[in-house]
Amino acid sequence: MDTCIKKIRELSADLLEKGEVEKVIGFAKGTIPMATSPIAIQSKQDVEKLVFNSTCGLNLANYASGQKGKIAIIAKGCDSRNIVTHIVENQIQRDQIYIIGVPCSGMVDKHKIAKLFEDEIIDFSEDGDTLIVSSFLKTLTLKKQDYLKGNCLYCTHKNPVLHDVMAADPVEEQVLENPFPDVDLIEALDLDAKWQYFENLTKNCIRCYACRNACPLCYCPTCFVDESSPQWVGKGQNKTDVNTFHFLRAFHCAGRCTDCGACVEACPMGINVRDFTRKLNKDSLELFGWEAGLDVTKRPPLDAYSPDDPDDFIK
Amino acid sequence: MGNLLEHMGIEKDRVHFSWISSAEATKFVDVVKEISDRVKALEPNKKFVKDYN
Repeated sequence: MDTCIKKIRELSADLLEKGEVEKVIGFAKGTIPMATSPIAIQSKQDVEKLVFNSTCGLNLANYASGQKGKIAIIAKGCDSRNIVTHIVENQIQRDQIYIIGVPCSGMVDKHKIAKLFEDEIIDFSEDGDTLIVSSFLKTLTLKKQDYLKGNCLYCTHKNPVLHDVMAADPVEEQVLENPFPDVDLIEALDLDAKWQYFENLTKNCIRCYACRNACPLCYCPTCFVDESSPQWVGKGQNKTDVNTFHFLRAFHCAGRCTDCGACVEACPMGINVRDFTRKLNKDSLELFGWEAGLDVTKRPPLDAYSPDDPDDFIK
Repeated sequence: MGNLLEHMGIEKDRVHFSWISSAEATKFVDVVKEISDRVKALEPNKKFVKDYN
């Protein structure tokens, strides 16, 4: 990824110097190891702040809308699919955005790595498929493939689907016999066990709404959880309210979610909130043959009517 | 939506979708009868119920 970041910086510097874009949205080094944060670069001198590595798990499409003037954005496969969704949903115009595509080899699961250490991680570096992670007590050399985020494991769109320029050569896409083994596991449970599974899943939720804030799909000016008149859902820690929030949040993403994993990346409690949206993604694929964010000319299934739409649920 | 509710452990028979015109009184009665029969066949619901106490 070293060569890739050089190219990203070169391209960004060039765009800013020529005045083609007002700013470049990318990733910057975070304040702790194994963390990156979104950054908007406005001058050529600042391009050195841009980084790209296996900890860039957030989705930059989240910061693309609501900007004045033309912007450039660094986009992995999933970011590019959310930019497509933004264009389809009129959140941004195609000519307002310059996409620097980055082929992605997957992002790492920070919670999974943190579990290997008893103390705090103080250093993280990577070399190709090898990760080197250190704490005060020990240094471990890990294979990146074993510590990928859940959504990256089943990703079939590593290369940007829409781009103006690519920062590296495309990577090989994986072909999965079953793209939803995690959903199948839950589907195999009986009803009570399913309920128990989701109760356990959300039991640590602190209602911080980081999942919602990190999600590029959640751009409503007032989210349903923040409304007080009417108040759709209780605001406290009541577990029915917590589950209602997660259920509805997921359903608002039906047919739109690209499984970028930003929600899981942002969750401070390590909750795999994707378990909700994954079922909807599976249904979208099976019932409508639909994967979100692949084509700017197609309307999402819940936004369009076709006489062929499955209707066996309605009497 | 029914699918996701079932995925979370809510019995499929608890949630029903229908389209009934205001002129279709008999269809309304039939659907409501069927829904009440199917819901009565289940045990009382304990999921997604807010306990105010």
